[in-house]
Amino acid sequence: MFESIQIQVNGQPRVCRVGATVGELLRELDITSERVAVELNLEILDRKEFDHRGIRDGDRLEILSFIGGGRPSTEAAPIASLQLGVKDGHE
Amino acid sequence: MDTNDRLTIAGREFKSRLWVGTGKYKDFIETKKAIDASGADVVTVAVRRVNITDRSKENLLDYLDPKKYVILPNTAGCYTVEDAVRYARLARAAGVSDLVKLEVLGDDKTLFPDTAGLIEAAKILIKEGFIVLPYTNDDPVVAKKLVDIGCLAVMPLAAPIGSGLGIRNPYNLKIIMEQVKVPIIVDAGVGTASDAALAMEYGADAVLMNTAIAGAQDPIAMAEAMKYAVHAGRLAYKAGRIPRKLYATASSPIEGML
Repeated sequence: MFESIQIQVNGQPRVCRVGATVGELLRELDITSERVAVELNLEILDRKEFDHRGIRDGDRLEILSFIGGGRPSTEAAPIASLQLGVKDGHE
Repeated sequence: MDTNDRLTIAGREFKSRLWVGTGKYKDFIETKKAIDASGADVVTVAVRRVNITDRSKENLLDYLDPKKYVILPNTAGCYTVEDAVRYARLARAAGVSDLVKLEVLGDDKTLFPDTAGLIEAAKILIKEGFIVLPYTNDDPVVAKKLVDIGCLAVMPLAAPIGSGLGIRNPYNLKIIMEQVKVPIIVDAGVGTASDAALAMEYGADAVLMNTAIAGAQDPIAMAEAMKYAVHAGRLAYKAGRIPRKLYATASSPIEGML
């Protein structure tokens, strides 16, 4: 058994291996497209950093890509507004 | 189409003067067919969370060859400067270019832009090297301010997003076209082909639409109608229309009549 940490990915709790990198997490999630952006604790990562940036306990990751739009669809959840307390801000 | 009459923004040349959104279609196949029928080479997309629980879902970009289309990310759904800037940065990180269609919305019923927030967000992004195409009101003063701070095109609305009401204030749009020396892309509110043709006849450099095509009973046929409408409107604008007169002017000579 490996030691694990608790993180949040796109708003959902997830267990992750200690020492895993962002790139490893993406592959574990089967996200192979180059057209994704990753925000780690509100910091947008350069693609080149994915394989070097380690994930720590309590980290919050957002993984985003392009969808049809237009208006936000109900299927793909927008990320929470930066302004806490204000309504979600998307419809 | 006339290859010398090309729209250029920030040194980029665009083949089509019709730009299309990619929302509200039944599925990606319909999206792709409609885009192809429209002849558009610029397609707008939104930035959203990847579905991490169900990876079997297809991605829109699998259907759109990035060599064939300019992918224009937008900040749709953003109501604050902070959110719009955040989404624009994420779009750049996920994408391939510095282009962004900037939206800062001010009201969820009309989806009218918050123009004060729009100018503020545009300033921040331009400083960071973005090519900002702002979705704005049909307000000539705001359009001028956006250009003054460095926007290389402006995108005034014809009517509220998705309303299909057509051009609600043609005189304001004409003032913007006269006073602003960057490309004007009329964005939002077009309902049918004649609306698009009118926008082009007024002197718009391009028209962007989504619902008018995606929401039509036959989206693919409407996409084709829009292609011709934009083209016809552009040709008519360049040809120069006759002035309106109250009384008739005979087209046939009187000479030689019995």
